[in-house]
Amino acid sequence: MVPIVQPLGRAFLGFLETTGRICIFTLTAVSHALRPPYYPRLILRQMVEIGYYSLPVVGLTAIFTGMVLALQSYTGFTRFNAESAIPNVVVISIARELGPVLAGLMVAGRIGAAIAAEIGTMRVTEQIDALTTLSTNPFKYLIAPRLIAGLLMLPCLVLVADIIGVFGGYVVSTVKLSFNPQVYIRNTIDFLEPIDVISGLVKAAVFGFIVALMGCYHGYNSRGGAQGVGAATTNAVVSASILILTFNYAITELFFAR
Amino acid sequence: MNRAVPKIALKGLKKRFGPKIVLDGIDLEVATGESLVVIGGSGTGKSVLLKCIIGIIEPDEGTVLIDGENTTHLAGADRTRLMRKFGMLFQGSALFDSLKVWENVAFGLIQGRGVGRTEAKEIALKKLAAVGLPPEVGDLSPSELSGGMQKRVGLARAIAAEPEIIFFDEPTTGLDPIMGDVINDLIVECRRQLGATTLSITHDLASARKIADRVAMIHGGKIVWSGPVSQIDRSGNPYVDQFIHGRAEGPIKMPVKVR
Ligand SMILES: Nc1ncnc2c1ncn2[C@@H]1O[C@H](COP(=O)(O)OP(=O)(O)OP(=O)(O)O)[C@@H](O)[C@H]1O
Ligand SMILES: [Mg+2]
Repeated sequence: MVPIVQPLGRAFLGFLETTGRICIFTLTAVSHALRPPYYPRLILRQMVEIGYYSLPVVGLTAIFTGMVLALQSYTGFTRFNAESAIPNVVVISIARELGPVLAGLMVAGRIGAAIAAEIGTMRVTEQIDALTTLSTNPFKYLIAPRLIAGLLMLPCLVLVADIIGVFGGYVVSTVKLSFNPQVYIRNTIDFLEPIDVISGLVKAAVFGFIVALMGCYHGYNSRGGAQGVGAATTNAVVSASILILTFNYAITELFFAR
Repeated sequence: MNRAVPKIALKGLKKRFGPKIVLDGIDLEVATGESLVVIGGSGTGKSVLLKCIIGIIEPDEGTVLIDGENTTHLAGADRTRLMRKFGMLFQGSALFDSLKVWENVAFGLIQGRGVGRTEAKEIALKKLAAVGLPPEVGDLSPSELSGGMQKRVGLARAIAAEPEIIFFDEPTTGLDPIMGDVINDLIVECRRQLGATTLSITHDLASARKIADRVAMIHGGKIVWSGPVSQIDRSGNPYVDQFIHGRAEGPIKMPVKVR
């Protein structure tokens, strides 16, 4: 019995410990983000880095997702003569689920990894210690700008992704599946409820925060040279991805479960 | 008459990393305006000692007193305020590679003290000149510099805000002998002009002789000898003797296996 229970118990305690650490880290970071001094220049720079430079990746993901969604629903729906539901399916899936989740995952790979690598390198080369000795709090200077930028920019990215995704579905439907363009657009707009988009944007804000937080947390706590930074990068991406999927379910439940 | 309060006083400082005991009860005092040099073998905890004093590493036991104030466990805004008294040159320079060289040097002025950027840049270029770097270097990024140049930028950054206490972790390591001497002069100058208290670490005895008022030797987590620099050749301490003569035989055993 003991040989099974012991490692299980240890893993569980380890999990609780990590969760606790992340919670404390998050609270510290948020409390520093809310109190001056603020660094608007750094926030702006991170917003450009996270928002603007992620546009191509997120845009490409969105357009192919919208296209494949239209194609797949068509092959399925023709069996029930329900082709007219395609615009509706495309826009709701993208706005509610695929837009935020896919953008979140892509940004986790792009930004989460970059944040972890940058802050991790600063940790192992003592740059974070140097910041402290120059009377600058690393939470305010390094972490808060990234969290704020993640929180604000991912909803913008997702809004763009929603539009591009719907456009992808529209192109496939009108060009390949011979839909009437006007009817397609009318169907898209008529069936879309504000809550579909709003829930997606709320998800995006949460995911953006998670991605930046995981990058910062793992980078800030990295140990031991290049290898440590490598491990921090991997952990940042993996943990952000898992948290995104978990929180996606939780938020969906909050918004739509009756 | 009361003795003056020492600028830095350490009492029974202990620090271990896992099973490894690095500092095992360090007692040390540095008077105001004094220059103390700590010598000791590689890996004896000299850098850890500096970090404990400055508060980047929290010691397990013992106290750190700065100007008589117990600062061992300060945190938050109090710690930030205390940091204004300090300047530190890191062993690996620790320059911010996302910023230009002059921004590195001016960082403490701009972020820590709210000096304007133009004024801060002027001061930064002056400090760069003091460490023998021309103004063009100011616009490069740290990764474009040689190791020795990075060290000098780190030095300029440490002294830029003219702090009361400056820590130098191996200021001359990696520099050629001539530049090493320029840096020694600079450290002496800093102390004369600013009246700063300095605590330096070095392996370089020529440098120690030049910049030190007092020398302390660390071994096995303790201060095994300390005395005025003039006494270093007549310390009568076997550790110090072995160290300054660089002998492999003696009480200091290097954990290397020769076969
Ligand atoms: N963050 C840390 N975690 C674990 N061990 C550490 C850490 N920092 C230092 N050590 C250990 O403490 C010991 C002393 O390190 P320190 O860097 O102070 O040596 P040093 O005296 O400065 O040596 P050198 O002259 O080579 O710079 C080393 O054995 C090192 O392995
Ligand atoms: Mg060292």
